[in-house]
Amino acid sequence: MHNKTVAELAAGLDNGEFSSEELTQAYLDRINDLDGDLNSYITVTGEQALVAARVADQVRSAGQAGPLTGIPVAQKDIFCTQGVKTSCGSKMLDNFISPYNATVIEKLNKAGMVMLGKTNMDEFAMGSSNETSFYGAVKNPWDLKAVPGGSSGGSAAAVAARLAPVATGTDTGGSIRQPAALTGITGLKPTYGRVSRYGMIAFASSLDQAGPMARSAEDAALMLNSMAGFDPRDSTCVDKEVPDYTKNLNDSLKGLKIGLPKEFFAEGMDSGVESCIQAALKQYQNLGAELVDISLPNSGLSVPTYYVVAPAEASSNLSRFDGVRFGYRCDDPADLEDLYKRSRGEGFGAEVKRRILIGAYALSAGYYDAYYIKAQQCRRLISDDFNKAYEQVDVIMGPTAPSVAFNIGEKTDDPVNMYLSDIYTIAVNLAGLPGMSIPAGFSDNRPVGLQIIGNYFDEARILNVAHQYQNATEWHQMAPEAYK
Amino acid sequence: MSLDANEVEKIAHLARLQIDQKDVAEYTRNLSNILDLVEQMSAVDTDGVEPMAHPLELAQRLREDVVSEENRRQDYQEHAPAVEDGLFLVPKVIE
Repeated sequence: MHNKTVAELAAGLDNGEFSSEELTQAYLDRINDLDGDLNSYITVTGEQALVAARVADQVRSAGQAGPLTGIPVAQKDIFCTQGVKTSCGSKMLDNFISPYNATVIEKLNKAGMVMLGKTNMDEFAMGSSNETSFYGAVKNPWDLKAVPGGSSGGSAAAVAARLAPVATGTDTGGSIRQPAALTGITGLKPTYGRVSRYGMIAFASSLDQAGPMARSAEDAALMLNSMAGFDPRDSTCVDKEVPDYTKNLNDSLKGLKIGLPKEFFAEGMDSGVESCIQAALKQYQNLGAELVDISLPNSGLSVPTYYVVAPAEASSNLSRFDGVRFGYRCDDPADLEDLYKRSRGEGFGAEVKRRILIGAYALSAGYYDAYYIKAQQCRRLISDDFNKAYEQVDVIMGPTAPSVAFNIGEKTDDPVNMYLSDIYTIAVNLAGLPGMSIPAGFSDNRPVGLQIIGNYFDEARILNVAHQYQNATEWHQMAPEAYK
Repeated sequence: MSLDANEVEKIAHLARLQIDQKDVAEYTRNLSNILDLVEQMSAVDTDGVEPMAHPLELAQRLREDVVSEENRRQDYQEHAPAVEDGLFLVPKVIE
């Protein structure tokens, strides 16, 4: 059962091959047997899952099942889940039981999905390797020595190892796409504002966006159908009709114009990654697409710009963790300042502290113009480059990450080197565009991801572009040996 | 751009974040490296460029001023670290 796609599972449920309860139990058994090594889940909600599965089975017998009814899902531990620990990968929230559901959780529950548990992640989504989690590093199912990427590393590893058919992730600078690339799965970051951020613990509010992590573009489309949509509780959620994202999956790619930014193909990319990307582009030509050379001249500014904008927003967002209202509180505070400082100092890990400090510095008197305003101006230049490019092309392609998965511990002492893992993904968040990563081969026996970037609210098109590639290739069907 | 240990301690105070004395040197080094990276922005001429605070040009939505949330005091009491007689208790921090 665990190798079936969402559509295949739905068919199996429909024709009585298995019940949602049996399916859910099978996944819970796999998690129990196999997740000890991987550490992809922080919390497994077995009992609740079986209750939800039985409800889904009843809904199905009543003839009211939708495409996701009874399908198990793993939720990133950044989404508030009522009555369930929601840690965001941090000691700060190790004791936090959320009193309400995030909109994404509410929508997927309503669609009849069965939550298996909450997945591991970099602390407060700050990291590219899943090594900053308070709950320990997640391993890459393709090679237990390697990282799965981050910050949605637990969701990525769980889907790649068939410990969940699909999962949710969030992406602030590449946190869905980069781990999807490093674990050989399909991940989609929608346009900023497409999916509600309500109840999704905030890192950088002008960049954060939730999306599906799946084994195929078709499964991602099915998930996005239920995740997307207007929510009055998120003031930046866009009131725009949600199309059926599965409708155009089979459209022909004849005449599709694919932009190749010369900056993405310059030095810095591993040769093994590059040959996979070139082979994928050739495949697209065979499918009738046309390759167009373009330039995003300011894309080199993305990482520096991001490391002002994101920490600045994070330092504001994370000020709510003060030891008073919820979360970790230090022992025996001497006074209010001591309560704040020690609760935060003891509750946050090193990477979160670094980003709070950088953000506080960039926003402090005397530096605000030089850093924060300057970064917002650079952000405009980066975004304008994309707008110009989309006058000429339909989608933009390149690598998702400059290299395949690196080894655990390899970059932990060098934060700046770690930040460069997101060199190709960050510009997309700064501009607010939708982007995907799909499996496109292997280098050194580790997966390579192809990035597909779309115009605003053009998710249906990039899903179509991904699906057509997956119809013609088998990379997305490969499973790590130990988890087949 | 490099920071010194005093500046790091000052920023940590602004952020109400305790940093162990033994870690100050490492934070100083790492934060200076991050600022070196960020410094690449200064090579670009941004004169006259409108700062972009947000990816979408959105106006703040308004809603009718009516009650939209139900009172869930009991739920929140259950999740609080310490409660008494319906009140939320916090450590005594003001003399």
